[in-house]
Amino acid sequence: MIGLCLQALLSHWRRHPLQCASILTGLWLATTLWAGVQALNQQARADYARANALLTGAAQAQVSPRHGERFDQHAYIQLRRAGWPVSPVLEGRLRFAGAEPVSVKLLGIEPLSLPPGSAIAGQAAQRIDPAAFIGPPGQAWIAPDTLQRLGLAPGAEPLSGDGQRLPPLQVQAQLAPGVMVVDIGQAQRLLQAPQQLSRLLIPAGYTPPALPEGLNELLVVQAASDTDDLQRLTESFHLNLTALGLLAFLVGLFIVHAAIGLALEQRRSLLRTLRACGVSVRALVTALAIELGLFALLAGLAGVACGYLLASLLLGDVAASLRGLYGAQVAGHLSLPLHWWLSGLAISLLGAALAGAGSLLRAARLPLLALAQPQAWRQAQGRWLRRQALLALLLLAVALGCWRWGASLPAAFTLLAALLLGAALMLPLLLDGALALLQRLCHRPLAQWFVADSRQQLPALALALMALLLALAASVGVGSMTSGFRQTFLGWLDQRLSAELYVTPHDTAQGLAIAAWLPTQPGVRAVLAQWRTEVRVGGAPVQVQGVIDHPAYAQHWPLLEQRSEAWRQLASGAGAMLSEQLARRLALGLGDRLSLPGAAPLDVVAVYADYGNPRGQVLVNADWLRRTWPEATLNTLNLRVAGEQVATLKAALQQRYALDGTRLVDQRTLRRWSVEVFERTFAATAALNSLTLGVAGVALLISLLTLGQSRLGQLAPLWALGVRRQHLAWLSLGQTLLLASLTVLLAIPLGLLLAWCLVAVVNVQAFGWRLPLQVFPGQLLQLALLGLFTTLLAAAGPLWQLARRQPAELLRHYADGT
Amino acid sequence: MEPRHWGVLLLCLLLGACDPSPPPPAGFAGLGQDAAAFATVVRGQPLQFPRDHGAHAGYRIEWWYVTANLRDAQGRDWGAQWTLFRSALRPGAEQPGWASPAVWLGHAALSGPFGHQFSETLARGGVGQADVQAQPFKAWIDDWSLQAVGGQGIEQLQMRAGGKGFSYDLQLSSQQPLVLQGDQGYSEKSGQGQASYYYSQPFYAVRGEVQHEGRRVEVTGNAWLDREWSSQPLAPDQHGWDWFSLHLDNGTRLMLFQVRQADAQPYRAGTWIAADGSSTALNGAQIVLEPLARTQLVDGPQVPTRWRVQVPDRQLDIEVDALVPQAWMGTRFPYWEGPVKVQGSTAGRGYLEMTGYSR
Repeated sequence: MIGLCLQALLSHWRRHPLQCASILTGLWLATTLWAGVQALNQQARADYARANALLTGAAQAQVSPRHGERFDQHAYIQLRRAGWPVSPVLEGRLRFAGAEPVSVKLLGIEPLSLPPGSAIAGQAAQRIDPAAFIGPPGQAWIAPDTLQRLGLAPGAEPLSGDGQRLPPLQVQAQLAPGVMVVDIGQAQRLLQAPQQLSRLLIPAGYTPPALPEGLNELLVVQAASDTDDLQRLTESFHLNLTALGLLAFLVGLFIVHAAIGLALEQRRSLLRTLRACGVSVRALVTALAIELGLFALLAGLAGVACGYLLASLLLGDVAASLRGLYGAQVAGHLSLPLHWWLSGLAISLLGAALAGAGSLLRAARLPLLALAQPQAWRQAQGRWLRRQALLALLLLAVALGCWRWGASLPAAFTLLAALLLGAALMLPLLLDGALALLQRLCHRPLAQWFVADSRQQLPALALALMALLLALAASVGVGSMTSGFRQTFLGWLDQRLSAELYVTPHDTAQGLAIAAWLPTQPGVRAVLAQWRTEVRVGGAPVQVQGVIDHPAYAQHWPLLEQRSEAWRQLASGAGAMLSEQLARRLALGLGDRLSLPGAAPLDVVAVYADYGNPRGQVLVNADWLRRTWPEATLNTLNLRVAGEQVATLKAALQQRYALDGTRLVDQRTLRRWSVEVFERTFAATAALNSLTLGVAGVALLISLLTLGQSRLGQLAPLWALGVRRQHLAWLSLGQTLLLASLTVLLAIPLGLLLAWCLVAVVNVQAFGWRLPLQVFPGQLLQLALLGLFTTLLAAAGPLWQLARRQPAELLRHYADGT
Repeated sequence: MEPRHWGVLLLCLLLGACDPSPPPPAGFAGLGQDAAAFATVVRGQPLQFPRDHGAHAGYRIEWWYVTANLRDAQGRDWGAQWTLFRSALRPGAEQPGWASPAVWLGHAALSGPFGHQFSETLARGGVGQADVQAQPFKAWIDDWSLQAVGGQGIEQLQMRAGGKGFSYDLQLSSQQPLVLQGDQGYSEKSGQGQASYYYSQPFYAVRGEVQHEGRRVEVTGNAWLDREWSSQPLAPDQHGWDWFSLHLDNGTRLMLFQVRQADAQPYRAGTWIAADGSSTALNGAQIVLEPLARTQLVDGPQVPTRWRVQVPDRQLDIEVDALVPQAWMGTRFPYWEGPVKVQGSTAGRGYLEMTGYSR
């Protein structure tokens, strides 16, 4: 019975292939975007897990230096001799020279003392072959994707940027991307850190006693939970991606909902006939559900496959963003588990169920003898509109609440979601209101008909218009945010990159030697040495950067807010400047006092922007820094050099101090790198955003195409009254454009509101910085035209069909309609 | 085949293949190839002290091995083991820092009325985590140490080690001369031309303190030190051995062992050391070893923990019985090692080591 019923139902799609295509397209697009975004998130999270599992049970306590990043290994021997079962680790970045310099995280471990039960790169510590690993020649473990990125082959023994020969590379599939693991001795040689260690692992289950006298000032025992920074840092980025994916998914579902609803309306008579032939309601609904399931399955398969494709296209950009923003390493290729594929199919089924539930319900309640009444739609619509408006008001209230009281990233996204959905639900009401207003102004019959008929079309087009509204508003919002950020960032970069040459010495001794030598060179106007150490405040790492007292800083270091004489107070060692991120995290403002561990409290005298730095930063006076933390390192030398001398000086430094391209960077190159990182950061966002707009265009097209069929009934009487076909086609186009224009008009303020939410609420929560809201009229105009153009394109097909209708066909419709 | 060469096997397995299953004979042939690059053991090379108390870079394998039989004021028996192995990952001289070819392995155990507890630790050479210096003598790994207390050489030693739930701190002293095994310390292996340098001090008197689960107990007793270094690998068909070091009540010290071979009678040998320190080698025909009872270990195989030991030439017929039958060393490469008591034609006590028993 169900089989027969299904056959009858499916025959509909043979006659309406377009509707069939629209349902499939909607589900396919929705699934593609959702699955694509999920694939990106999945891959990134799996890679964080790999990074975290680099040394597990990584839920381990450890001994870290109290100040700075490294300590002498004598402390390790001292602790071992006191019976602590600790294992040494040395970490650092290993640079490789090249056209575009690449750096990897080098992890030096000591295989014999690794806590029992720990695993490196998925390999149990006991299974490591120590003789082969320690060498000589030893091994350098590397993940396949890192090997590929470096353009090296297994077994190669490349030179590092500092000219040190690496042990033969050995591929470890389980290793986190962007990481190399070598023996501790090799790591000290490669990082040019003889006798230095970064931290000591404490085995699980060992409760360390108090640190011995003498080490207590140097080291600190840290509980395991303090160290998981990556997950926390990147969470906001993934929430961002998820939100975009969800938006695209919703827009896709609008298409499906519209198409399924229309198909049901058109098949009312068929359903009635089937019921009259004795098909039970249950059999009918089952058949409809099976039909829907088939659609979902087909579209789901295609969607998941395309999602995979989309994700692999975007992954490079996403990986670059994560590297640039957070220093998180994500592989350049996808490897997804089975459950990702299954969940993609499930989301397609869920989407179909969501979009089709209403139609199924209506089919189940279909009165056996009632006639199809298209006009009844509008009356029912009135009630529906009121309910929708109530819901929209409720959502807007939620948005308001989130803005007023919410202080977390989920609250910020709830605000966005509520705002967008509320606005979308309000749209039909607003359009209806606008048309009603217009109707009062119209007196000529055709004009009156024009507006009244537009209102009549509204319910059928509402969902497509909502999709357009959402996509346009998102485009406006994200576009304004990105462009604004770009402008702010570039301005900040130009100001901040005031030195002509940036030198990263191998170590402090070399830095001091260079600083002493430089003033003897021609054209050197100033040598700005920057000292650095790292402390932990509130469980998270904070960079403390020491700058010398020089007028160049007051001229070129952009401050967001400052007290008077800020730079003088900094120079005196009484004041500190905070990066915006840190100021927000610690909830400190001008005039507050900042307490760093092991230092006298400082007055906060200014807050500055520090875009793209995942860590909080404090700017202090260099002399004060070195007095407080003698182990602080000379991090960089910023050189003010006369323009024509830059190349000469660069060559001289290169030769005299064996500094490669990664340690000696001129202003232009540094700026280019920074801008590249920035552009790639938003490339994925922009791509997803334009895809969403595309989906909305498809939604509108499909709605108009399906509507075109049913509208003949309304147009035929006008033709019979003497309106020419071409004229009718123009009128129809006008109607569509009117509705779209009104939607675009609403989308722009909504988009600007969205942009404000992004820069003032979401960015602050996600990245820790607040940007000024900037409006770019040119961009807005471009988007508005794009929206109208999409509409025009979508409307063109159906209109062309309409204009070419045979008079006989219109005649028949007229006869049928009456 | 000299006693305790299982240590070679253990370290070769640990550092070479890292596979706890028994390696095929080819593994040993492989080791034989580069053994040439290591220093070789030659006859007639006189041992020099205190130099030879220290580590011998260039040789592949070396150990410092102390076992102590102890008794507390209540007459209860205890046993302590302190072992430090040095193994070279590659031939050549010692190098400073992490580039050192040396790897150190320590085992410590305490047996007593409570049962048996052990600990194991590994360390790289070159950085100071573990090392042995000849003068003044000091051997250490982490917080375990065996070091001279005043004076020259190793007449007075302090021996310290511990692990989860146990520790000991013992003073060893002996004025007896060292016992040079084999031919003036050149100790030949069975039938295959392999050899090691080998000397012992089996006459230590001990006093000190053992600690178990926080309870400290004063103890006294005897201890036996073995020192051996070599570069030669093992024969492939030898899969385990049973080794006895006994302090007999008449002052005699007796070392006996048998190597169990795959397709042959066990190879047996020993040394009879009189109370004045004079020693006589015993060959296989002079020794009878017979397991009497086996114990199923809780976390290991079944091992013979009661033996009948006979040396008919010396009118010796004794039963050797494990003090703690469950004295299993569940280390990376497990074996049985624990104190024994001796009854029969003469009484006494000592240590028994058994390797190569599988589940």
